[in-house]
Amino acid sequence: MDKIEKIKYLIIGNSAGGIGAVEAIREADKTGTITVVSDEPFPVYSRPLISDFLAGKRTIDQLNYRAIDFYEQNDIKTIFGNRVTELNLDDNIVLLESGQKLAWDKLLLATGGTPIVPPMEGREAGGVFTFTTLADAIAIDDYIRQKPDANAVVIGGGLIGVSVTESLLKRRVKVTIIEMKERILNVILDNKTSYMEHKAVKDCGADIITGHTVSKINSNTHGEVYGVTLDNGDVISCGMVIIAIGVRPRLELVNNTDIKVNRGIAVDKHMQTSVPGIYACGDVAEAFDFIYGENRLTPVWPNAYLGGRTAGLNMAGKATDYPGGTNINSMKYFGIYIVSAGTISAPDKSYQELIAEHNDVYKKLILKDGLVTGMIFSGEVDRAGIIYNLMKDRVNVESFKQSLISDDMGLLSLPETVWRNRLATVPPVNGVDCAVS
Amino acid sequence: MRKIYIKEEVCIGCGLCEVYCQLQHASVHDLIKAFKKRGPRPLARARVEAKGNISFSVRCRNCEEPQCVYACLTGAITRDIETGMITVDEEKCIGCCTCMLVCPLGAIKQDKEHKKMIKCDFCQGEETPACVANCPNEALYCAECDSVNKEVPAKSPSPF
Ligand SMILES: Cc1cc2nc3c(=O)[nH]c(=O)nc-3n(C[C@H](O)[C@H](O)[C@H](O)COP(=O)(O)OP(=O)(O)OC[C@H]3O[C@@H](n4cnc5c(N)ncnc54)[C@H](O)[C@@H]3O)c2cc1C
Repeated sequence: MDKIEKIKYLIIGNSAGGIGAVEAIREADKTGTITVVSDEPFPVYSRPLISDFLAGKRTIDQLNYRAIDFYEQNDIKTIFGNRVTELNLDDNIVLLESGQKLAWDKLLLATGGTPIVPPMEGREAGGVFTFTTLADAIAIDDYIRQKPDANAVVIGGGLIGVSVTESLLKRRVKVTIIEMKERILNVILDNKTSYMEHKAVKDCGADIITGHTVSKINSNTHGEVYGVTLDNGDVISCGMVIIAIGVRPRLELVNNTDIKVNRGIAVDKHMQTSVPGIYACGDVAEAFDFIYGENRLTPVWPNAYLGGRTAGLNMAGKATDYPGGTNINSMKYFGIYIVSAGTISAPDKSYQELIAEHNDVYKKLILKDGLVTGMIFSGEVDRAGIIYNLMKDRVNVESFKQSLISDDMGLLSLPETVWRNRLATVPPVNGVDCAVS
Repeated sequence: MRKIYIKEEVCIGCGLCEVYCQLQHASVHDLIKAFKKRGPRPLARARVEAKGNISFSVRCRNCEEPQCVYACLTGAITRDIETGMITVDEEKCIGCCTCMLVCPLGAIKQDKEHKKMIKCDFCQGEETPACVANCPNEALYCAECDSVNKEVPAKSPSPF
């Protein structure tokens, strides 16, 4: 039998989660062998930046998340452009598409998400794309170069849909967004801010159709897209379609294994799955959401990194709890700055909304039982982190809630014990060593 | 690493730390020119907070667990291994504000003009940063502390 290489830390996925893990492992273990496997061919890049590449604002090299010698510096072996096809949990072995096998001591599943593509007619036509990888962005870029006059239909008005729309408009491609719900960005913005984005998108020349879906993609005899048909029978002609409905956890490796899966891979507070020694993080995992008080999918970059970091520390033997995350988003589409976190509108009467609005500033907090469960800041987003951390630390804000939406909100808006705690830091070694009067 | 410490009990909230921080980061090093003549005012990376007779000056304290580094979408925010300082790489920064949303001190600011995030940079390697050098009451001082990744007490005995 072939000798199978045994790796101390095997990481599947070379993105936010995987890198968070390897950086943490190297803090705790400088020498244990690490191998990172990814079916993407690139060194780690910032996934949210694929829109800047498509817009023509950045080259591929400028998307790099870490320095080019990152893997070398950290003594990490990489296997890129190769897919893991199977997990063998009995022998702790993975099988790669290339036929290679690797054995692990500790395994991290940071496999992220796959774009949701509904089983609609025409989805395989030429000119139909998704938008979640650099390869997708490159393919769309190539297509635009070949067909500069093609109009685009973007299916889905969520973060990815709006993001690709902004890039396409910068490339002078005419865009129509089709959003099934009543408004775009409905998962991460409230009525007010989503309308602001709606207006900004339209002002930049895109069309938005809400309340409808695409039921069919129309293609010609050469298999090239020439339009879409909506659920009401309306037909829109276009030369390309971007399916941007969302992503779901990429579970192909764990389905039909002993690893417990709900909507994503279930993990404990150490980010360990139901199978000891196997960890998961990022878009594929259901990690603790401190707003809901339960494990949920929160597919955003910061949580993937932090979950990866937690997993990595635990894999390297440093017991560490995941601090928890919730859905957080920062947007700057079409020049409008908005940050949001947690519940974006009061789900029912047991919640209260506090709103401050003047000029271009809009600040909203959503509260329940004295706790902040959600926030949206637009126009002026400085110091928003002071509130986000109240959400995270579950601080009861009942007695000072109004001051949180005032213009001069700061640390001194918080109770003394809270701000003193925030300012606490590592003490100096020898007291004062420089103060100049 | 070196850190800037605050002595809240002698801070009178005069705001000179902000002024000298702005000046330090302006294109001209003349107060009148920097504030009155040349384009938009430079932004301060320190912020004075005052309420009643409490006041202090806040800036990035280069957290042991830097949430901004973990949250940064592009890899622009990293910790300099040599100095322990958290830095923003302007080339990489897209000004998305994700770091600002997670910073517990509100110490990262948005530079709307340049569409970048800015924070205290310790006056880029100066021995004594401008805010410390110009504090009339010695309410700011800098000192060495045990650097990150070395064993440090989990909680400081006193906040300041
Ligand atoms: C266009 C766009 C814009 C975004 N904007 C934002 C934003 O503004 N803010 C934000 O917070 N988040 C944003 N996100 C979401 C963010 O990118 C994700 O939350 C984050 O990338 C998740 O990281 P991850 O490590 O869990 O997984 P992923 O980034 O999905 O990476 C998983 C990796 O694992 C690889 N992989 C999976 N299975 C296998 C296998 N079997 N074998 C080998 N390799 C495998 C995949 O190819 C992929 O490279 C955006 C996403 C997109 C697509």
